[in-house]
Amino acid sequence: MKPLLAVGFWLLAKSQWPRANSVLMKLSPNWIRDFVDLSVDDHRLAEDLTNVGLGVEGVNGTGADTTWEMEIGTNRPDAMNHYGVAREAAAIYEKQLSALSCQLSPKPSSDTTFPITVEEPSLCPRFSGLVIRNTRIKPSPEKIAHRLQLLDQRPISNAVDATNYVLWEIGKPTHVFDMDLLEGGRIVVRKARAGETLKTLDGVERKLTTEDLVVCDAKKPVGLAGVMGGYDTMITDKTRNIVIESAWWDPGIVRKMSRRHALHTDASHRFERGADFESCPLSCNLVAKMILDSGGGELVGDVVDAVSKKIDQAPVLLHMSEVQRILGGSLDAGHVYRLLKRLGFELVPEGQGSSQKDQQFWVHIPSWRLDVEREIDVIEEIARLHGYDKFQNTLPAYSGAVVALPHAGMQATLRRRALALGYNEGVSLTFISHADAEKFSAPGARVLELENPLSEEASVMRTSLVPGMIDMLAYNLNRDVAEARLFEIAGVYELANGERVEPRRACLGVTAAAVRAALPKGSVLDVSKGDQSAAAEAFRGFKGDVESLLATFSGDLSYDRQVAEYLHPGRSVRALLNGAPVAQFGQLHPDVAAARKLRQDVFVAELDLEQLYRLGPRRVELAPPAKYPAVERDFSFVFSDEVSFGQMQAAISATGIRELQNKDTRPVEIFRGGSIAAGKYSILLRVRFQSAERTLREDEIAKWSAKIVSVLTELGGVQRA
Amino acid sequence: MAYTVPKLTDYTAAALESAANECIGACKSEAAAVHNDAELKSFRDRWMARKNGILTQINDQWLKGAPRDAKREAGIRVNELKARITEHVESAQIADHDNASEERVDITLPGVRRAMGAEHPIIKTSHEIVAVFQKLGYSVAEGPVVETDYYNFEALNFPPNHPARDTQDTLFIANQQSKAQRERLLLRTHTSPVQIRTMEKMRPPIRIVIPGTVHRNDPPDASHSPMFHQIEGLAVDTNITFGDLKGTLDHAMKSLFGSSVKTHFRPSFFPFTEPSAELYVTCFICGGSGKREGGAPCRPCKQTGWIEVLGCGMVDPNVFEFVKDNGYDPKKVSGFAFGMGVDRLAMLKYGVDDLQLFFQGDVRFLEQFG
Repeated sequence: MKPLLAVGFWLLAKSQWPRANSVLMKLSPNWIRDFVDLSVDDHRLAEDLTNVGLGVEGVNGTGADTTWEMEIGTNRPDAMNHYGVAREAAAIYEKQLSALSCQLSPKPSSDTTFPITVEEPSLCPRFSGLVIRNTRIKPSPEKIAHRLQLLDQRPISNAVDATNYVLWEIGKPTHVFDMDLLEGGRIVVRKARAGETLKTLDGVERKLTTEDLVVCDAKKPVGLAGVMGGYDTMITDKTRNIVIESAWWDPGIVRKMSRRHALHTDASHRFERGADFESCPLSCNLVAKMILDSGGGELVGDVVDAVSKKIDQAPVLLHMSEVQRILGGSLDAGHVYRLLKRLGFELVPEGQGSSQKDQQFWVHIPSWRLDVEREIDVIEEIARLHGYDKFQNTLPAYSGAVVALPHAGMQATLRRRALALGYNEGVSLTFISHADAEKFSAPGARVLELENPLSEEASVMRTSLVPGMIDMLAYNLNRDVAEARLFEIAGVYELANGERVEPRRACLGVTAAAVRAALPKGSVLDVSKGDQSAAAEAFRGFKGDVESLLATFSGDLSYDRQVAEYLHPGRSVRALLNGAPVAQFGQLHPDVAAARKLRQDVFVAELDLEQLYRLGPRRVELAPPAKYPAVERDFSFVFSDEVSFGQMQAAISATGIRELQNKDTRPVEIFRGGSIAAGKYSILLRVRFQSAERTLREDEIAKWSAKIVSVLTELGGVQRA
Repeated sequence: MAYTVPKLTDYTAAALESAANECIGACKSEAAAVHNDAELKSFRDRWMARKNGILTQINDQWLKGAPRDAKREAGIRVNELKARITEHVESAQIADHDNASEERVDITLPGVRRAMGAEHPIIKTSHEIVAVFQKLGYSVAEGPVVETDYYNFEALNFPPNHPARDTQDTLFIANQQSKAQRERLLLRTHTSPVQIRTMEKMRPPIRIVIPGTVHRNDPPDASHSPMFHQIEGLAVDTNITFGDLKGTLDHAMKSLFGSSVKTHFRPSFFPFTEPSAELYVTCFICGGSGKREGGAPCRPCKQTGWIEVLGCGMVDPNVFEFVKDNGYDPKKVSGFAFGMGVDRLAMLKYGVDDLQLFFQGDVRFLEQFG
């Protein structure tokens, strides 16, 4: 492909297969560096992270205030925070990652610990809580507020900001309640009861269903589990005592609730994809420490940690042979071991694999990597950290054969012919309106409606290419492009006997001006004055184009007048090959053209490619070029308008003169008006006699000519002098 | 003075010879003076015409006027003369066109061009991409645009209620509530369902390339369209590796964009491949430098020198599980798949800055691709 000047397409979405299974989020490289001591600059760090799959797609700000626009796969919730990215950086550069410990010295609890009851242990296998007393709610310290602002997070208060900060630091959503607003001094995790409501932090009063999982105090729901906390128990300036919640919620239930309530939050986003089970107590402590540091107060008792079931990944058996089979190349076991170690996996050799290839490891998955479940997931981790570009490019051997689609050749011929006839290829949208579906569908065709259409104009799948073609022609006419010739080869979509079908069609569309411009000077047949003769000539011009396309296929061509109602009743035709209908075409009905405000007459053709493909490609049937000269004779007749050329041709053909084939009779000139009576027309026919065996004699030609005059006269014609 | 047939009185050999030579000389010089078709015709007529041509006159006058005893000799002579003249007349050609250089046309007047149609740029680009893979042994496969949930999502490892489905902005067919979820109809959001459909029909090894129309619920604008086009590829065999994926696509990109382009693979995530990658090629606008001529920043590649062209990866074993019974045991076969947006590549290739131009049918736009 040749490079060309191009502007504007940086706006484009990325590759569309299957576009963007990833989320964009802002992260701060400076914050990432809190956890790992890196010697590389931000630019290099961004590149290296991108190469292990944590894409840095944009850079904002400078210096310590630099933020990155990061694109992180939906399978990597562990990396949707600063510590998680630092963990990857540590693995890339083989650096030590700072441990996240948080030593607090709680006052021994005087009252009984805050009781937590989990009635749905399968949906909430872990619920950690921590209580702070006598603290003060105030704005966050400058450093905290600034960091949140860099990420477009609005600072609210030290307690709320602490939960938000921890979310962005380690990716674990937490929640803080005003303890004094929790009735009954306890927390219950249960399904909501019919009729219960919850006003969430966004101020919306939500009706709950028995499918919703809620965090409650003794009396009422105070939070939509894993999605959003309650308004009535939120932290206010008056809050003095706080309960910190950090739980692990079942991804499925969070997703369902998030959808049901149309509430997509930073918390639900992470819980849906799987949070780190082990970070529940740690996150409580981190939030508590930030609140204590800024607002004072005291910690009462240790973290209350209600664990009903441990969520961890079963170890995976990794075969070195499988690593080779999938990745190719020559990674050895030692290298694989080191790569996985760097990412936090623990490897225990299994069995006594004697050779490299037989070696196996039990791979223990770290708690933050819920996405790694299978051997192939581990293999991806190996490839990712090793670096995709380091694998050698190879080409696979192949023992199969290339098969062409059965209709590929015919379609190519059809397209080539349309192009040669001067038609530009168009691609129209696959949707049409209900009104067009009614007007242009074949009788009996059932349309496929869209559940969530973009607009009424695009609410059903097209059942015909004609509406799209008319739109394209109108687009040209409305821009003063008077001569437009277009074709399209594409599918239409219908229900037939309850089953969806996608028959292929070809469509031609052309403005009358374009048809006339393309008529060769010498081809004029109807020399009468007036619109009717001009229309007849244009129709013939378009008919020739359609015939040239139909000539792609085998079969004997015939015509009748059974056409759809969108076509002009007098200037349209149905084409049949071997008696099977294959196309209809002609001038668009004046009413349809008027409804679309078309500035010109247009001609359209619709070809049924399914039928045509069944007939197969036309085979060449060679006839040797004639050895003996042909003789032409002209016959000038006046006929009534009711008699068509086809009837004359048939009558002449019926004479059975061997030296005369059907296509050897052609019209040369047609005229109405002048001395010709109304309702009649004069026609000059030229007949060509030829023998493959001899030169023809004057007397036999005279005999045949007399015969022709006689059958034409029988047909009602009057020979002109 | 033009030659006229002289009356012969002297029928001696010498006199006959001299008369013949004079005649031939005249014929030769007249032949040399022929400049165009019209002159050639009148020259021929003058000498050869049956009625009153020079040869006819010679025949009439010289032979008939010959004395009895000279008749035989004169006959031989005249026949010789006729043969020579005939030869000269036959071989006479239009002489050098001294004044041809004056017969000039205005070569700057526009040529008369017959209308020729242009293949649609998306179809053309699609054909080019398909051709590259056909040469690598790939057959073309097709599948329905109106697809079931099963083929579009489930069998491609998008479980029901999985978050990855959200990113697809699917257009659904109405009135499907009574069907089981996997039977519900939608407009395929990618050409990937044809991977499953093909594997259901054909046993390994396979190599297929799948061009097709896909839909997403995106309102039309300069870079989005609810309808666009993709090309999908799939290769499955007993020996396919990640290195093969890289090698195949590297070869294909060089065929498409020129042998000097470099490829770069980055980890990515697609539900139906693992490991998954995005393929970048060196920007074919700036050649990889990130800068345009004159130092202006190259915007298509965001000055990175790289352009993302497709998504790819090794077929996820979960996908093979859906067609395991047809010979796709993930323990025995492996494969790779890739998919690219044709419209976007056509935009890049031709420098089109508004996606909508492809679908309006504006012949002023389309005819430029002829």
